[in-house]
Amino acid sequence: MLNAFTHLLIRDLRLALRNRHELANPLIFFVLVVSLFPLAVTPTPEALRSMAPGVIWVSALLAVLLSLDRLFKQDYDDGSLDQLMLSPNPLMILVLAKVLAHWLLTGLPLVIIAPLLGLFMSLPVEAVDVLVYSLLLGTPVLSLVGAIGVSLTVAVNRGGVLLSLIILPLYIPILIFGANAVDVASDGLPVRGQLLFLGAVLALSLSLAPLATAVALRITASR
Amino acid sequence: MWNWIQRFSSPKYFYSMSAVLIPWFAVGALLVGLYGLYLGLFVAPTDYQQGESYRIIFVHVPAAWMSLFIYMVMAVSSGIGLIWQIRLADMVAAASAPIGASFAFLALVTGMLWGKPMWGAYWVWDARLTSELILLFLYLGYMALQSAIEDQRSADKASGLLAIVGVVNIPIIHYSVEWWNTLHQGATVTKFDKPSIDIDMLIPLLLMAVAFKLFYAAVVLVRTRNEALYRDRNRRWVRELIAQL
Amino acid sequence: MNWSEFFHMGGYAFFVWTSYALTLIIVVANIISPIRQRKKVISRIKRAIKREQLQQSNE
Repeated sequence: MLNAFTHLLIRDLRLALRNRHELANPLIFFVLVVSLFPLAVTPTPEALRSMAPGVIWVSALLAVLLSLDRLFKQDYDDGSLDQLMLSPNPLMILVLAKVLAHWLLTGLPLVIIAPLLGLFMSLPVEAVDVLVYSLLLGTPVLSLVGAIGVSLTVAVNRGGVLLSLIILPLYIPILIFGANAVDVASDGLPVRGQLLFLGAVLALSLSLAPLATAVALRITASR
Repeated sequence: MWNWIQRFSSPKYFYSMSAVLIPWFAVGALLVGLYGLYLGLFVAPTDYQQGESYRIIFVHVPAAWMSLFIYMVMAVSSGIGLIWQIRLADMVAAASAPIGASFAFLALVTGMLWGKPMWGAYWVWDARLTSELILLFLYLGYMALQSAIEDQRSADKASGLLAIVGVVNIPIIHYSVEWWNTLHQGATVTKFDKPSIDIDMLIPLLLMAVAFKLFYAAVVLVRTRNEALYRDRNRRWVRELIAQL
Repeated sequence: MNWSEFFHMGGYAFFVWTSYALTLIIVVANIISPIRQRKKVISRIKRAIKREQLQQSNE
């Protein structure tokens, strides 16, 4: 079982690393969207600082959303998804491997580049720390919950807008607590509660989302 | 037991049974609703803080309650449909969505109309209005998914799963929006919270809530009958029934 | 209380009556739409039956 998990994880990582330019796209999108805000609103440091947490979090959320397709689309198109479902290993475990691969390829790079964007948006240094922690706890949830959405819409033609319609409302709690943690940290206040909440949501979605995704994949495959 | 459930949940049986129930629910909704309106508009005293504008709550609050209640019904019947493969449950879920969405919309707009005299603006990011807006989005997502998938069986199952995921999320969303709201505004006090609501105001409010529930029951039965006819359009009982019309 | 006072709603007439009018609209829409849906479904099935009968008589 563990074997299947690591095999699938390595396969997905290897496949993604073969077309590197595609790999960078969500990251470029993330940086691009964040840098639009100083241009659109105002470049004064005070204003930037007050909107930085929200802007960075919303952009990260959209970047993950746009990359979700990668989770199952290709596997669905070339039929390897059906193969996965025929395997004797529990589908939940395989889903978990795919989600982990997705997070390593999109969520983690976002977390790593986030401090740079914090500087762009003139966040104080203490808040940059918290930004990294909150993204570290929050982006896996985005991948996990997103997996449910993709597995429901992967067979739908032009499912992109539909995917955002059904997934974005579910992202709201993460957005609220993630952005607020950074916001509070930039005022120098403690953020333990917010980070604990993000951790709790991560634990909850880690246990439930793979199950829901597995059910959703079976529904999608049954047509 | 199982046979019994199968028999009573067969669309055919439901179709003939519901025809008996619908008029009762409809007439009940009308009578209770009229009495509730009479008490709410004529008998209930003027609120000393909000004046007459508080009378909006007699439609706003029941609509908000119903929008949440219908989502619960959707999620529960989707669960029944997914786990026990009872087709009637899927039909109820699909039939409920547009009604629930319309109530969520009604709650939002009446909330705005109530808010304007209270807050001086049609829209403030109040916790309840925000939660209601998110609930409306959840409904719209469900309906979009339902109509995007061609195959009826998998459309039911896929959107049913989405409804269940949504219902797990609703408490989390609700809690985080409340929490977010207490951080960002101290000034706007939600006056629906008032613990000691006058009994003369409470009774019409509850009557209106009952009327809305009965109304939903009648409409969802009619809609479920339509779904049953459409989904079973190639089965004999529908053919025989249509031939008689 | 007289009627004009009642319709005046203590100066909140616009907000109160718009709310109630909208409620009425939503209620009526919820009544009309399933009835129309029913007619549509039935006529669709009838047409399908006719088509099948035509096919059978052609064979």
